[in-house]
Amino acid sequence: MASYSTNEFRGGLKVLLDGDPCIIVENEIVKPGKGQAFNRVKLRNLMTNRVWDRTFKSGESLEAADVMDQDMEYLYTDGEFWHFMLTDGSFEQYAADAKAVGDTIKWLKEQDVYTVTLYNGAPLTVTPPNFVELEVVETDPGMKGDTAQGGSKPATLSTGAVVSVPLFITIGEVLKVDTRSGEYMNRVKS
Amino acid sequence: MKNQPDWQPTASRAALKSRAQQSAFVRGFFAQRDVLEVETPILGRCGVTEPNLDGVFAQIDAQGIKGGWLQTSPEYHMKRLLAADSGAIYQISKVFRNGERGSRHNPEFSMLEWYRTGFDDKALMAEVADLVCGWLQCPRPQVLSYRKAMITWAGIDPFVVSKNDLHQRCREWLEPEQLEDLSRDGCLDLLMSFAVEPNLGTEAPVFINQYPSSQASLARLSSVDGFDVAHRFELYIDGIELCNGYWELTHPDEQRARFEADNRLRIANGKPEMEIDEAFLAAIEHGLPDCAGVALGLDRLLMLKVGARNIADVLAFPLERA
Repeated sequence: MASYSTNEFRGGLKVLLDGDPCIIVENEIVKPGKGQAFNRVKLRNLMTNRVWDRTFKSGESLEAADVMDQDMEYLYTDGEFWHFMLTDGSFEQYAADAKAVGDTIKWLKEQDVYTVTLYNGAPLTVTPPNFVELEVVETDPGMKGDTAQGGSKPATLSTGAVVSVPLFITIGEVLKVDTRSGEYMNRVKS
Repeated sequence: MKNQPDWQPTASRAALKSRAQQSAFVRGFFAQRDVLEVETPILGRCGVTEPNLDGVFAQIDAQGIKGGWLQTSPEYHMKRLLAADSGAIYQISKVFRNGERGSRHNPEFSMLEWYRTGFDDKALMAEVADLVCGWLQCPRPQVLSYRKAMITWAGIDPFVVSKNDLHQRCREWLEPEQLEDLSRDGCLDLLMSFAVEPNLGTEAPVFINQYPSSQASLARLSSVDGFDVAHRFELYIDGIELCNGYWELTHPDEQRARFEADNRLRIANGKPEMEIDEAFLAAIEHGLPDCAGVALGLDRLLMLKVGARNIADVLAFPLERA
């Protein structure tokens, strides 16, 4: 496997550190005029999502991590695994476990496309698109005419996600939701 | 739609204007003091042996001369002018340091370098203060020895600390296996950068002087409190290292010995050996007048002037957009 030296470090680079795949968030060179140079590097551990601050002597290197982001369509779950298929026409399928799916489980809708991060060929994480459109399956009855501001209520979506919505939203409506914040954006005309 | 490259400058028009004013200020400052402005090659025949500086190789091919180096500093050429009786000189030039890109580094940057015949490090520090404080309108710098700064902020005495204690202190930043092949000066550089520097010049500008002799580079040595120290100084403002000055070494044999020692260090660190600049040594052999010299980063000076936290804010086009 290739390796990268500190001169090649940049945001987005995927490397192995202490045996875990990490993504470089930030790389800052620190160097007294004629002295030894060091690199202060922020890395996010892709297994734990924790951010590490590490110092390297300039010229040190890290092994590249075999990490790849791929667009995949969600197919179904058998209860133990969640099955995805590459959208590149190869029909190749991958099974992600609960750890890889993580919180994304509440945004998973069959036939929608997600970013699956593969590490050594196996799903490491599943990331939803920034916006998803989901149907309301449960909420208190809507109040007619209450389309202006004021008040909100919880609504359960088809995937199980619960979002805070305006009072006028009714069961059966399709909502656009921001998956990063979990916030309701607007109704989608069907 | 196709992704357009970022073509716009990263510096604001106000920063560009401030840069022009800064150049005019510098030229006015030296004109008043009768210091001659000179231009020396940016593309030189030789690079430098400095163990921690890498020039940029240039594939020049003309008149049978193949290959040269974009200079890391105009020092050697300027000293050749001094040896040829130029008298006091200064230069504003672009210099190059490979691999250095960060919030305070761009591989190509602007340097102000000047030499004063008959000055020692003290006299030159006073002149640096005149220039910098005149431009930034800041209080005059305090002076702090390297030893005192290290004891205060890193908690070690750089001249007597044992290897064990030094490594122990460095463990805050590096793993034991990373420390294995790091030299004593490398460890001190780590502490200087991470423990000391952030505290320097936050209240008022501060000169650090009396560096360990192992970090003398091209400076004269003398003994202070029984320790060999270099007549070298640096100026820090707001934790930013602004300049590096020396009461210059004029002894040719000592100079050659330091170049050779540099090259041995380079080889030990897996870096290519650099050709020694014989024209420079011949000039020193001929005789470098007693002088002090200093190199000052103009982009960083401008950062302080306009309050920028990132060097890109004062460069029209940093490396990624160059």
